[in-house]
Amino acid sequence: MGKWKIFYKRFAKRKTAVVGGVVIIIYLLVALLAPVLAPYDPLQIDLVHKLQLPSWIHWLGTDDKGRDILSRLIFGTQLSLSVGFVAVIIGAAIGVPLGLVSGYYGRWVDAVIMRIVDVLLAFPGILLALAIVSALGPSLTNVIIAVGIFSVPTFARIVRGSTLAIKRLEFVDAIRALGASDIKIIFGHILPNVLSPIIVQATLRLATAILTAAGLSFLGMGAQPPSPEWGAMLSNGRDFLWSAPHLAAFPGAAIATLVLGFNLFGDGLRDALDQRMN
Amino acid sequence: MSVKVGRERQPLLEVKNLKQYFPMKGGILGRTLNYVRAVDGVSFDVYEGETLSIVGESGCGKSTTGRAILRLDEPTDGEIRFQGVDLAGLNHAEMRKMRKHLQVVFQDPYASLNPRQTVGRMLEEALGIAAVLPKAKWRERVIELLENVGLRADQAGRYPHEFSGGQRQRIGIARALAVEPKLVICDEAVSALDVSVQAQVLNLLKSLQQRFGLTYLFISHDLGVVNHISDRVMVMYLGKIVEIAEKSTLFENPCHPYTRALLSAIPVPGQEKEGERIILQGDVPSPLQPPSGCRFHTRCFMATERCKIAEPELRPMGEEHSVACHLV
Repeated sequence: MGKWKIFYKRFAKRKTAVVGGVVIIIYLLVALLAPVLAPYDPLQIDLVHKLQLPSWIHWLGTDDKGRDILSRLIFGTQLSLSVGFVAVIIGAAIGVPLGLVSGYYGRWVDAVIMRIVDVLLAFPGILLALAIVSALGPSLTNVIIAVGIFSVPTFARIVRGSTLAIKRLEFVDAIRALGASDIKIIFGHILPNVLSPIIVQATLRLATAILTAAGLSFLGMGAQPPSPEWGAMLSNGRDFLWSAPHLAAFPGAAIATLVLGFNLFGDGLRDALDQRMN
Repeated sequence: MSVKVGRERQPLLEVKNLKQYFPMKGGILGRTLNYVRAVDGVSFDVYEGETLSIVGESGCGKSTTGRAILRLDEPTDGEIRFQGVDLAGLNHAEMRKMRKHLQVVFQDPYASLNPRQTVGRMLEEALGIAAVLPKAKWRERVIELLENVGLRADQAGRYPHEFSGGQRQRIGIARALAVEPKLVICDEAVSALDVSVQAQVLNLLKSLQQRFGLTYLFISHDLGVVNHISDRVMVMYLGKIVEIAEKSTLFENPCHPYTRALLSAIPVPGQEKEGERIILQGDVPSPLQPPSGCRFHTRCFMATERCKIAEPELRPMGEEHSVACHLV
């Protein structure tokens, strides 16, 4: 369709966005093909060959228990990406309907929902996630829930704003005048027209989610050893920062590139989708 | 109401003392500081099969009246009787069932169609909401609707951005007709179109009216358009009706000074218009604080002391002709 071509042209103009997209695709492929790509079992302990520097045998070296760092990073990609995606889906699944309802009905419904959202927004994200994980107990599942919940207010806010703009358009009144139910108007007509900001937000939110999840695991609140989660690996590497810096450097670089990739891609999407496409 | 000979005069819609006030909120607590009196007590009937036009400057409350009748904005006060049923008194669910009888065609041909829906989908959805046809017949009906408004069946799969302004307006009309309404409110329905396209759409509206026995409430600021399509004309100023009459009466024998001023502004091609061109002084006052007495007295070239104090009632002048002015 013509629209796609215009979108693609706009998007491709921003080289950084394309780079971001390529980074994301590479990571996705790595996650999908992890069992094929990983040269070793990520959990296989080999104390004889511990703390080895990168070599032809272990491309990225081994950690303090002799596990192959490359294999752990590759399997860690699966963890980070799924944490990110699931958390963002949770956040969007709750935040988007809240924003739609808030923006569409206005008045006291809007006031109540937005005040709750304000309370959630008042906390720094990581603090809120920490509080939630402390309450639920440390585990990767709880990290996903925590990151999901702290993504809710951003989605709710953005969707509310877009809904306010869309609901003033005459086609919404025309459909209302036909006798359509509110549910049909909200989900059948407003939602499809606020999808672009949601997609952009979801992409940018993925970066935050992955970073926060890694942060929580780094603090010991998330994935537990021996799980090859990047944040946990980084935390583990901290003890060998001077003797074997590659233990922390490689997981750190993995987190940084993936997060950067999502951010660049998200920015590009925003620029390409923001202007009215006609 | 007087009964016209030879024509059935059944009011399809009776509007009584309709008021639409919008609160102006302010301060930290969001208190209501004042009201914008967009429509301030208007009463009129719309007869079956006729076209009643509402004319006036922007901000006079003509569109607000239309929206209040459709309950797109909840009216502050008043009765809206449609075939005897007071729409203002219906609850949400009852109103939804009534909606298919009253449809609307909007001004903006770009904002009035969902950009993410094909035309066929749009019309099918309207059919689904109306729930009068079995699903198997939708396709056929969509094609019929498109052809009724002068579009082709093969255009059903296209998106709104693939059409011109006039075509989009035709789609809007087809959507309104999909549910087989009795009353169609045309809210500046041709104002955004080029003059040549305007004429086509107006003629389409006229022929559809004859074919399907539609009743139009036609809201416009363009007197030429109104002259073309109306049976009766109602002139509004600052939320009030100032004059209502049969079209010919109003155009030939306007009584209210405001109507006279409006009509004197119509250019007549090919000749210097003899007689006076009445130029109104000043701007329309704010509906937040409408002037005392007659709302038009601040700009009226005939105003007297009495106009500043007493508000004129809408008084019958003759058959189907009422005016709200002390001086006529």
